[in-house]
Amino acid sequence: MPDVIPADSVGIVTPQIAQFETPLVLSCGHTLSSYQLVFETYGTLNDDASNAILICHALSGDHHAAGYHSTEDKKPGWWDSAIGPGKAIDTNHFFVIALNNLGGCCGSTGPTTINPETGKRWEADFPLVTVEDWVESQARLADSLGIQTFAAIVGGSLGGMQVLEWSIRYPDRLKSAVIVASAPKLSTQNIAFNEVARQSIRRDPDFFDGNYLDNNSVPTNGLGLARMLGHITYLSDDAMGAKFGRQMRHDTYQYNYGIEFEVESYLRYQGEAFTKRFDANTYMLMTKALDYFDPASQTDGDLAATLSKTQCEFLLVSFTTDWRFSPERSEEIVNALVKAGKPVSYAKIEATEGHDAFLFPIPRYMAVLNTFLTRIANDLTPEAK
Amino acid sequence: MRSDLEIIDEWIQPNSRVLDLACGPGELLHHLIKNKQVSGYGLEIRNKDLNTCIEKGIPVIEQNIDEGLQNFDDQSFDLVMMTHALQQFRRPDLLIDEMLRIGKECIITFPNFGHWRNRIHLAVKGRMPVSEFLPYNWYDTPNIHFFTFQDFERLCHEKNIKIVRWAAVDGHLKDHWWIRSMPNLFSETAIFHISR
Repeated sequence: MPDVIPADSVGIVTPQIAQFETPLVLSCGHTLSSYQLVFETYGTLNDDASNAILICHALSGDHHAAGYHSTEDKKPGWWDSAIGPGKAIDTNHFFVIALNNLGGCCGSTGPTTINPETGKRWEADFPLVTVEDWVESQARLADSLGIQTFAAIVGGSLGGMQVLEWSIRYPDRLKSAVIVASAPKLSTQNIAFNEVARQSIRRDPDFFDGNYLDNNSVPTNGLGLARMLGHITYLSDDAMGAKFGRQMRHDTYQYNYGIEFEVESYLRYQGEAFTKRFDANTYMLMTKALDYFDPASQTDGDLAATLSKTQCEFLLVSFTTDWRFSPERSEEIVNALVKAGKPVSYAKIEATEGHDAFLFPIPRYMAVLNTFLTRIANDLTPEAK
Repeated sequence: MRSDLEIIDEWIQPNSRVLDLACGPGELLHHLIKNKQVSGYGLEIRNKDLNTCIEKGIPVIEQNIDEGLQNFDDQSFDLVMMTHALQQFRRPDLLIDEMLRIGKECIITFPNFGHWRNRIHLAVKGRMPVSEFLPYNWYDTPNIHFFTFQDFERLCHEKNIKIVRWAAVDGHLKDHWWIRSMPNLFSETAIFHISR
């Protein structure tokens, strides 16, 4: 971390753990008899508990959204650019909660934690969880913190799907929903990419049908490949071109399979770095949660009908060069909300970063987010301001 | 509020479902949501205006109207309106058709290029009028179509569009008997309420 904590940082934060003993019946039919969720909070909850914002993370996210865990940390949390005093999600106004979802690998119950029934790590036996299951567990976390209604629930990509599910499942528990670079369901191409990612993990000889830790092994090749593929889809052609072009490692072609182009080196590095911080089973189950999400299936594919029960106001944001969750996908949600007569605002942000843009502090994106949330803050009780 | 907006306000039924095309900073929608309990959306592409709408809590959607309005269902709004913007779009005639497809009724306001001052400016100086009201040069104006009160009336007749009512106001957005009697010559802003 920097020598001096910046004034707009939430500073040093400590993760907390919430233990749940009430069984949770999952979409797949499996029941988790008990589980824990790791989370962080930033800012102060007001007296009537009306100023809480829940942050839902995306595929490879976790509970560490802002600030630093220690003075040794090189990097702050994954969305530090947006969360903090005076930032778009202003911790002077809001009490912000970020958690690691069920099935994650950063402290919440998941494939790498101990299954109380066997005394061994869950690994391959950990049941598949869905966006609906996550929302259910997040609602229980909110209960445990004394929060009945969120001022806002915010998420990008897979996180946006959780926000959408919240608005449908618990319409009276959120005042506003902020859905960034998301979609009402995956496209066929999205599912196809996910399947290639999963297959690259599953076909790694070190995968051991998912029980690799038990075999003192890690499918780093497969997980790294999956991440390399994912990474390409998160960037735009232009962004990659601008960053690497055809920049070469050597002055002349080597005519072998070593690294010729810098982009190859970058992808290999990204893949390898990911395997050091992420669990392959978690990665696979997160991609399955993406695939399964389709709230409109409740109403024969009519998204407007599904959204007719929502009560919050919506802010949708997309990015021009995002082709993994293109603006058209966000617009499907916008159009369905208009059809259902629900309050929605929508901004299509000019950005070069592709899908990854949702993690960047692009000035107009931050301004839109801040403007929307400032008004939400102003609408709260005077004490909250 | 501007007084052409005051005139429009009188024409709008409380609790209507309204779509405001090129809503700008959302002045009219804000007023209608507050005072007439309408529900609705603005469409806009200018970042500053979008942000102003979001700040006021007016639902606003970033959408380029020239790229089409196919995402809106037939007759899905009670009213579709457009104030001082029709002259800025590629095909006003097709846009009016789209507005009447989406809305049961439409309100359109535009600058009347037939105003006597414009006529004199062009006739005497031989150059395109630049005024306080239309402050652009020919090369940088967003107003790519110039038409008159009568031109609009004629288009409505050709398309069998019903003119429910109209109003005509001067540069100070006041209405006077002489404007009413010769709107094509004296009005600076024309206001039309149309339906199929």
